[in-house]
Amino acid sequence: MDQKRIPLNLFDNFDLATELRLGLPGSDDQTEKKTSLSGNKRSSSEMESTTCSEENESRFSPPMKEQVVGWPPVRSYRKNILQVKKNDSESGSGMYVKVSMDGAPYLRKVDLKVYTSYEELMKGLQAMFKCNIGLYSEKEGYNGSMHAPTYEDKDGDWMLVGDVPWEMFISSCKRLRIMKSCEARGLGDS
Amino acid sequence: MDPNKKRVDSLFPDEVLERVLSLITTHKDRSSISLVSKSWYNAERWSRRHVFIGNCYSVSPQIVAKRFPNIRSVTIKGKPRFSDFNLVPDDWGADVFPWLSVFATVYPFLEELRLKRMVVSDESLEFLATKFVGFRNLSLMSCDGFSTDGLKAVATHCKNLTELDIQENGIEDLGGHWLSCFPESLTSLEILNFASLNSEVSFDALEKLVSRCKSLRVLKVNRNISLDQLQKLLLHAPQLMELGTGTFMQELVSGPLTELKNAFSNCKNLLTLSGLWDATPLYLPVIYPACARLTFLNLSYATLRSVELANLLAHCKSLRRLWLLDTVGDKGLEAVGSCCPLLEELRVFPADPFDEEMNLGVTEVGFISVSRGCPKLHYTLYFCRQMTNSAVVAVAQNCPDFTHFRLCIMTPGQPDYITKEPMDEGFGAIVKTCTKIQRLAVSGLLTDRTFEYIGKYAKNLETLSVAFAGSSDLGMEYVLGCPKLRKLEIRDCPFGNAALLSGLMKYESMRSLWMSACNVTMNGCRVLAKQRPMLNVEVIKDEESDDSQAHKVYVYRTVAGPRRDAPPFVLTL
Repeated sequence: MDQKRIPLNLFDNFDLATELRLGLPGSDDQTEKKTSLSGNKRSSSEMESTTCSEENESRFSPPMKEQVVGWPPVRSYRKNILQVKKNDSESGSGMYVKVSMDGAPYLRKVDLKVYTSYEELMKGLQAMFKCNIGLYSEKEGYNGSMHAPTYEDKDGDWMLVGDVPWEMFISSCKRLRIMKSCEARGLGDS
Repeated sequence: MDPNKKRVDSLFPDEVLERVLSLITTHKDRSSISLVSKSWYNAERWSRRHVFIGNCYSVSPQIVAKRFPNIRSVTIKGKPRFSDFNLVPDDWGADVFPWLSVFATVYPFLEELRLKRMVVSDESLEFLATKFVGFRNLSLMSCDGFSTDGLKAVATHCKNLTELDIQENGIEDLGGHWLSCFPESLTSLEILNFASLNSEVSFDALEKLVSRCKSLRVLKVNRNISLDQLQKLLLHAPQLMELGTGTFMQELVSGPLTELKNAFSNCKNLLTLSGLWDATPLYLPVIYPACARLTFLNLSYATLRSVELANLLAHCKSLRRLWLLDTVGDKGLEAVGSCCPLLEELRVFPADPFDEEMNLGVTEVGFISVSRGCPKLHYTLYFCRQMTNSAVVAVAQNCPDFTHFRLCIMTPGQPDYITKEPMDEGFGAIVKTCTKIQRLAVSGLLTDRTFEYIGKYAKNLETLSVAFAGSSDLGMEYVLGCPKLRKLEIRDCPFGNAALLSGLMKYESMRSLWMSACNVTMNGCRVLAKQRPMLNVEVIKDEESDDSQAHKVYVYRTVAGPRRDAPPFVLTL
């Protein structure tokens, strides 16, 4: 299978025309047609019936998941809720956040939901930026290392990562910035 | 005439018989009673208060009205179940209005209406609210065709309303004003469920409503109700037995957590908890004081991880029913197995059914852990991306009391992912070991062998759902041999006319048969229709499909004859 899979989601407001993917030009038209009809179409019906009539005894070969209407059998109501949740978590604060590091040429993005603690987040950031972030202490901040992680909270203030409980942090963190320790010193002292 | 029979009849005057029979409530028992003798048939029909109509087209409102003169409560189910998954076009039918207009004349004292998969318009709701003076209980599940304006009519006019239960409907949400339409004089509400409505209601109106309805025992609010607001509601209604919360996350406010925890602690009768939208480890602990008493916990809208779930379940030792999202993973299910020995029902829904890169979900490992720790499990709905035969065999052995086994391996036609074999032996073990099995949904790669097992062993099977399975007509022929089969729904299987017609003598003893994207032709359907006039054989035409193929077939027994309200794309043969 060379063609990249296009998830079939009847409630997607995705603009398929601008979506980057492999596939023959114009091949997205089929998917559009399928999604706009209320559940009568199946893409590979032709493929199916020839398979069946030719090889009566052989196993039935099903179409790819994404092209199948009404499968998996999740009710519309639940599907809608999941879509809303997905949109929320993608656009709300505290999930995918931009991370900048002083001196690095471009920004990265991390999904905070993937981590369950500050320790895990630090490990992730250190791996991503190949830097060293020292140990956190309430009194000293991030002493003993080149870098200190900071974040911008919902109010627009820049805070030192680690002061508040993890759950509060992920619900208020809008972006991260890994500062040079010398510049971060001001944040730690108060 | 049999002398014994005469004696019995004279010992039991009709009034006494009716009195006795009025204590019999289940419709199956009443059906049996009505078959005993003519006088019992009459006594039964006069004393029946509740009628259950499993398929709205199997009978007409006039026939129901004629047989049962004293009905106070009606339950009607409409569209075929696969309409939940968009397989039935809009405008297919199942309009409730024809029923209501007959009921208005015959049952002016109707008190209760429970509808599932019916089309309900605002006009119907207004008609209901205004024509039935003593109307008390309205439950709408998976219905469509109405808006919040219809709810306004119900709230405004039903002076004695005790239940308003609106679940998962295709409703046009025009705002939350409907709730403010309950008059100040309404104090009778016992059940209020608006969890699936999206717009915000007036909290002030809701709070007042909750405080004046002292008998309120079920309250399920929607996501717009905050934790602070929930706390206030709980203070007014500590007698609640079932609670659906609103959002379970908010900006940290100083110190309300103990108060919220106390509010939950004061709900001594709480047995069911749902909602919990956006629940995080920060706020979940407030429900801990109520957990020990809970018998049903619905976490299927809370994206919890395994650790959060484990911490929560440690407090829930009385759980009988648990609904989860698969974000909890196998580790979460391990916690279920260790914390909930009394568990009878487990449903695990997929958080990302269409995008497997997001999260793996649960696997055969989790399934086995639950079965080990919960031997009383008898109902499961399990969505997963991988499964093995040996796991299903183990589950069957650990939980031999299954009555409802619905396993959905999400990729169609997927084999046992370790052995690459079909899942025949797994499902075979279920039907062999779990002799009480009543409802079965199969998935994964399945040959005719699965159906052979089902036909041979599933003596109590009533409902079977099949998708992307089977190798030949034999598959369907086998399952039509199940003695108690009532509902058979099939999609995307290689079953053709021979299979369809093998059930010729069977379909009248069933409620319905659905077959879509199979190999049935119009001719096959015509043969069936001709031979069995007591069945409606309906084909839903597809614009694009070949005229000779019957793309969607719905067959059901009926005493009402062919549908008179069928849209142009539904052909009754």
